[in-house]
Amino acid sequence: MRTALLVAVVVLAGTGGDVLMTMAMKKVARDEPWTWRGGPFRILRALAQPLLWAAVGLMVLSFLAFITVLSWANMTLVVPATATNYLVGAVGARLLLKERVSRMRWAGVLLVAAGVLLVCTAG
Amino acid sequence: MLSNALRTRTNLFIAFIVILNPLGNTFLRAGMSRAGAPSSWTSQGLALFFGKAFQSGTIWLGMILLMLFLICYMLVLSWADYSYVLPASAGSYVVVGLLGSLVLGEHVPLGRWLGIGLICAGAALVGRTSPATGMEG
Repeated sequence: MRTALLVAVVVLAGTGGDVLMTMAMKKVARDEPWTWRGGPFRILRALAQPLLWAAVGLMVLSFLAFITVLSWANMTLVVPATATNYLVGAVGARLLLKERVSRMRWAGVLLVAAGVLLVCTAG
Repeated sequence: MLSNALRTRTNLFIAFIVILNPLGNTFLRAGMSRAGAPSSWTSQGLALFFGKAFQSGTIWLGMILLMLFLICYMLVLSWADYSYVLPASAGSYVVVGLLGSLVLGEHVPLGRWLGIGLICAGAALVGRTSPATGMEG
């Protein structure tokens, strides 16, 4: 139960961090066409976004939960369990970022999640 | 409509991500395994451990590579869909498998190759969708 709870924190906080980072980056890039010279300035402007720092906070929380759960649970259980982040990420992109996730993309996400599961459990 | 330039640029950054992340982790792992585990978990022991770790050029190289990875990840997310970037960058598992097998000579079991095949198939399917369903940036 404790393990499931912490794995949920790893996946939800990690995905939440990614979603917030995407929001922050989309915000700084809004209405601005891409140029290679402008790339570093895009990063610098992102550092001034509170959303980005909230993302970093969630990523740190995810990492701390990950190393905590590894102190008692087997890595062969924990790492494959975190493969669910591909599904949670796609749901988050659909619901929070309002991205259009087509059937083909869902199929790809499911194949990737199954593949990551196999890679982490084989042998 | 999406331009081919956007697709090429997105896939270029995903290629950077897929290479930089496992490469950075490999250097970190090599450096940390050479540094060894902390001799004690007291604050003095940990300070000694981190002090030793940060003297390693391998670890700095790993951190620089991971920093470059993070910059590429942030930039690609500034125009591409998260639901595109996330599965497409799972190609890093493929790079890990190939590096382990070809460079380090590690045995990669059949099931792992099957998993790598599924990841490639999934990433290829995702790659056929538009990288950015929102507006161009």
